Order: sequence, then C-alpha cells, then structure tokens
Amino acid sequence: MADSVDQIFFHAKQSLLSPLADRAPDWLIQVASSLVNIGALLGVFLSLFALMSVLERKILGRMQNRYGPNRVGPFGLFQPVADGIKMLIKEDIVPVRADKIVHFLAPILIAATAILSLGIIPYGRNMTPFVIDGGILFFFAVGSTTELAVFMAGWGSNNKFSMLGAMRAIAQMISYELPLIVTILPVVMIVSSLNPDKIVAAQSPYVFGFVPHWFVLTPWGFVAFLLFFVSGLVESNRTPFDVPEGESEIVAGHMTEYSGFKYATFFMAEYIGMFAVSGLAVTLFLGGWHSPSPFLEFIPSYVWFFAKLSILLFVYIWLRGTLPRTRVDHIMNFAWKFMLPMAFTCFIAAAVWHYAGRGLSGWLWSLAVIAVVYVTLSMLLETKKKFAPRTYRFAE
Amino acid sequence: MTLSIVLVVSAALFCIGLLAALSRRHAIFILIGIEMMLAAANINFIAFWRFAPQPAQPTGVMIAIFAIAIAAAEAAVGLAMVITVYRHFRTTNVDQLNQLKG
Amino acid sequence: MSTVAFATITILTLAAALAVATLQKLMHAALSFAVMFLGISALFFLLGAEFVGLVQIFVYIGAVAVLIVFTILLTRHDTERVRGFNWSGVVVALAVFAGLIWAMESTKSLLIGPPQIQPLTVQRIGELLMTSYVWPLLCIGVLLTAALIGALILVLEEKRE
Repeated sequence: MADSVDQIFFHAKQSLLSPLADRAPDWLIQVASSLVNIGALLGVFLSLFALMSVLERKILGRMQNRYGPNRVGPFGLFQPVADGIKMLIKEDIVPVRADKIVHFLAPILIAATAILSLGIIPYGRNMTPFVIDGGILFFFAVGSTTELAVFMAGWGSNNKFSMLGAMRAIAQMISYELPLIVTILPVVMIVSSLNPDKIVAAQSPYVFGFVPHWFVLTPWGFVAFLLFFVSGLVESNRTPFDVPEGESEIVAGHMTEYSGFKYATFFMAEYIGMFAVSGLAVTLFLGGWHSPSPFLEFIPSYVWFFAKLSILLFVYIWLRGTLPRTRVDHIMNFAWKFMLPMAFTCFIAAAVWHYAGRGLSGWLWSLAVIAVVYVTLSMLLETKKKFAPRTYRFAE
Repeated sequence: MTLSIVLVVSAALFCIGLLAALSRRHAIFILIGIEMMLAAANINFIAFWRFAPQPAQPTGVMIAIFAIAIAAAEAAVGLAMVITVYRHFRTTNVDQLNQLKG
Repeated sequence: MSTVAFATITILTLAAALAVATLQKLMHAALSFAVMFLGISALFFLLGAEFVGLVQIFVYIGAVAVLIVFTILLTRHDTERVRGFNWSGVVVALAVFAGLIWAMESTKSLLIGPPQIQPLTVQRIGELLMTSYVWPLLCIGVLLTAALIGALILVLEEKRE
C-alpha cells in the first residue's frame, strides 16, 4: 500500500505510455517519455513558483508585522493570477537603440537555463526526470551559462545602468561559482560518483539503527552545506546579496529596460534558480527523498523531498526579511578570502573522515581540522579590527 | 553517421576557424578563430575514439579534456594581451600594430 | 533518429560558425560563438563522450565566451564596427578544405559505422586521471595557475605615484 502510493506517478506515467509500447518505434517512445517528464516538471514548478510568490509576500509581511496580500481569493492565495494578468497586459517597451535580438533573447535564455537545471534532481524513488551520468556537472554547466545571459540582458538594453548592473551581477556570480562547486566536491569524493541517484542512495543507511546517514550530519557535510546554501543565495541574487537588483542603488540593474512579461520571466528565472539550488542541496546533503527515521518510511518519498525543499525555501524568505543588503566589495572579500579556503578545508576534512574510518574517530578528527582552519582564518582576516565600538546617537 | 562524415564536419569547422583567423582585422576575432580550430581538432579526437575498433583505450577523450583546459588558459592569456595592447596603442586593428618599439 | 539529430546539430553548428566568421557586429559574433560551442557540445553528446560535452559547455560557454565578451567591452572605440574583410582568407580556407577532403576521400578505411561501445563513465575517467594521466594532470594544474597569474599581471594597472 505504501509502496503503491510512493510509486503512483511512476505507474501513472507507465500506464500513460502503454498504448505506445508495442506499436511505436523506439525513438518515439523515448521522445514521448521525455515530453511527459518535461510537462510534469513544468507544471509542478510553475505552480510552485506562483504559490511561492504570494507566500513570500505574506511571510515577509508577517515578519514585518503587517498582513501580506489578502484581497484576492481566500487568504490572498489567488494573487499570482492577478499578478499574471497584470504582467500580460502591460505594454512591452523596447528602447529604440537597443539591440533587438539580444534584448529579446536574454530573458528567454535565463529562464531556459534555470528550467534546464531542474531536470536532473531526483524527486522521489524512480522519479528523476533525466538520468545523466555526470548529472551534477550538468547542473553547474547549465548554471554557468546564466552569466552570459545576464550579460546579454545588460548589454542589449543600451543603458549604462543596465551595463553596470550586469557587470556587478556577473562579478558576483563568477566569484561564488567557485565556492559552490568546491563545496560539493567532498560529497562527490565520498560517494565517488556524479550521478544524483547514486548520491541519494549513499545516504540511505541508518547509523545506530535510527540516525540517518545524511551528509549534513557530519562536520564536513554541515560546513559544506552552509557554504553551499550561502553560495546558492548569491547565485540566485537574493537578499542579502541582491546588489544586481538593488532598487535603491542602480534602479533594477540589468533588468531596468524590461517591462511586462519579460520582467516576469526574469522574476520566474530567479525563483526557479532558487528551487534548483535548494533541490540540489537537499539531494547532496539532506538525504534526497529519504525519510529521517525508519519509523516514518510509510510517508511517500516525494512528500519528504518537497517538505525538505519547503524548509529551505522558508529559510530563504526568512533571510530576506531579516538581513540588510551587503556591500559589493564585502561580497567579493567574503567569497575569495573566507569561503574558498573554508571550502577547501571541507574537502580535506572529508578525506580525513574517510581515512580515519567513517566512525566516531573520523568525525572528531575532521571536526578538529575544520575548527583549526576556521580559528586561523578568523585571526588572519582580522575581523575584529574593522568594527568601531558601537555608539548611539539620539535626536535631542 | 560514418566516420568520414564526422571528419568532414570537423574539417569544415577547422576551415571556418581558419577563415575567421585570416580574414578579420580585429585582434579578438583572430583569437576566436583559433579557439574554433582547437574545438574542431577536439571533435576529431573524440570521433576517432568513438569509431575505433573495440576494445579501445579512452585516450581520445583524455586528450580532448586536456586540450579544452589548455585552450581556456591560452584564451585567457591572449585576451589579456589584447587588452594590454589596446591600452598602449588605443587600437585593436592588427594592421596598425606594426611597430616593435612601444 | 540519430541521423536526423546529427544533421540538425551539424547545420546549426556550421551556420553559427559562418556567422562568427562573417558578422560585422562584434557582439553578435561573440554570441554566435557561444551558440556554436553549444552545437559542438551536442555533437560530443551524440558521439558518446558526455563528460567532455559537459566540460565544453562549462569551460567554453561559461568562461571563454564571457572573457571574450568582457574584452570586447573593454576595448571598444566609439565606432563599434571594425570594417575590413580580407578576401584572400576565403581562398586559403577553401584551399585547405579541399586538401583535407581529398585526404579523407583517398583513405578507404574511414567509411565505417559506429561500433557498439560501453559508455565511458565519469568514474573511469577519474580513475584514469589519477593513475595513468596523473603527470599531465599536475602539469595542467601548473599551466592553469601560470596562465591565471600571467593574465592578472598583464592587465593590472600600475598606480601612478
């Protein structure tokens, strides 16, 4: 019973494709199967995007001691419909001297790369849309083409603010790509595979009978998860790292000259990028679609995946409501001087964990390595000297 | 899909890269042409690995990986040189870069 | 099926390559450069070398194309187009192409179809890189570090005292 609920989508897809099974040539079955996968993926994630856009505003509103949108529909949950209609009927303004082809293609390319990167994440047992042997590398390869698309958006608008915004966005994205990739290297090294299915399968056993073997519960995995999460925040240009779209600084950065539906496409690409990075964090560190204890395994695998994904998305929204924007040079310093050395330390700590036996002594040795490097980095970067003693001035 | 067709494609790419490198006057275009020629050579390596009599050593794939790394390094240094030359001569037209003394 | 895919990818790649070689506007040529590498990467996927295809997208489109675009930005005049097309280049390229085609046609052993292979897993590539190819790997590391430092030193502006 639990197994059939778990595999309900898998069996649904098989029964959908069964009329074709004997009569159609091989390639047609493959194409049809891919189309079903793509349709399901788009349906789920576009509705999740719509839901999240309203939930974010409501949660931010509650954090700021006000209601969020609550006019349209029950508790304001039909707000995305209203937003969609608004975006669709807006006039599409293209600057006269803008490069029309480049200006048109940029939002399409950003959205396309964001959606492509969703295809390799395992959403449940047997529920990976596309199984590629180098799946994790595919994710990062597609993510790195986002930079070119952001540049196209900035340059195609023929606007100095757009160009500046695009340069800042690209500098930020390139700097944080390195920590993003180096932090997943320990996981790949321990599992010795780039296949997301194998990485999830390596986190399935239980230690001491009830503690899951998730990588976030090891010291190197925990630090790597934190660094990966922060890098994911930066890659999707979310507060506190939303300098590229900071309204008070450079209007809307590379998205200044886009109106109506194209702006909505940028917005959608940012959110889907967020989903993709969170999905990858769940896959690599939080055990994918596995449940945290052997007693709760009757709950279907995709429910666990989306529950973990929702927790990570809530943390994204929480951070947005809490932290102010960081300065651009602080962002760069943080990436190159702190995150990259800590990422390499995680790598070494994972190797220490593996060679000291993967038990308690390995845990303690890797924790020691990380602690030593962290303390040394804090002393070397002299983080205490840059802050003056706090003074308060009140209006007289 | 025979081996000769794949080799014809890679030869065509190589010659288009040669065309870009020989017939353009902007320094960056010449570098782009060189990158295209390197990519065409990579296609050749992979094609010969794929169509080799089995069991084959994956030597072609390894050489292609190293060639991509080397091409990236060379592109970086070449573009840095173009920027330096531009700062000095204020032009990227290679016809005007005809003096050795700066 | 794979013939149709191969034909489509080849036409896309060669069209993008011709666009790179002949377009007058620099930015459009740089962006066609990225499209061409996407086509080449798809060709690698068809030929069964998936890891190389992914590395190609990562390195060329994610890094080299961005480098080229930034360099075009930094070396811009008020006039964007650099006019001038050397037609003798076309003659040389056609001659080289004719020579290569002649060399291929005169080798009879090239008319073979693809044999069945076991897919080359990333794990196998990793094993090879760490055992048989470890010296080239270390040399590439040194080369990339030297290229990085060299490029930085070249473009570093000296502060005028």
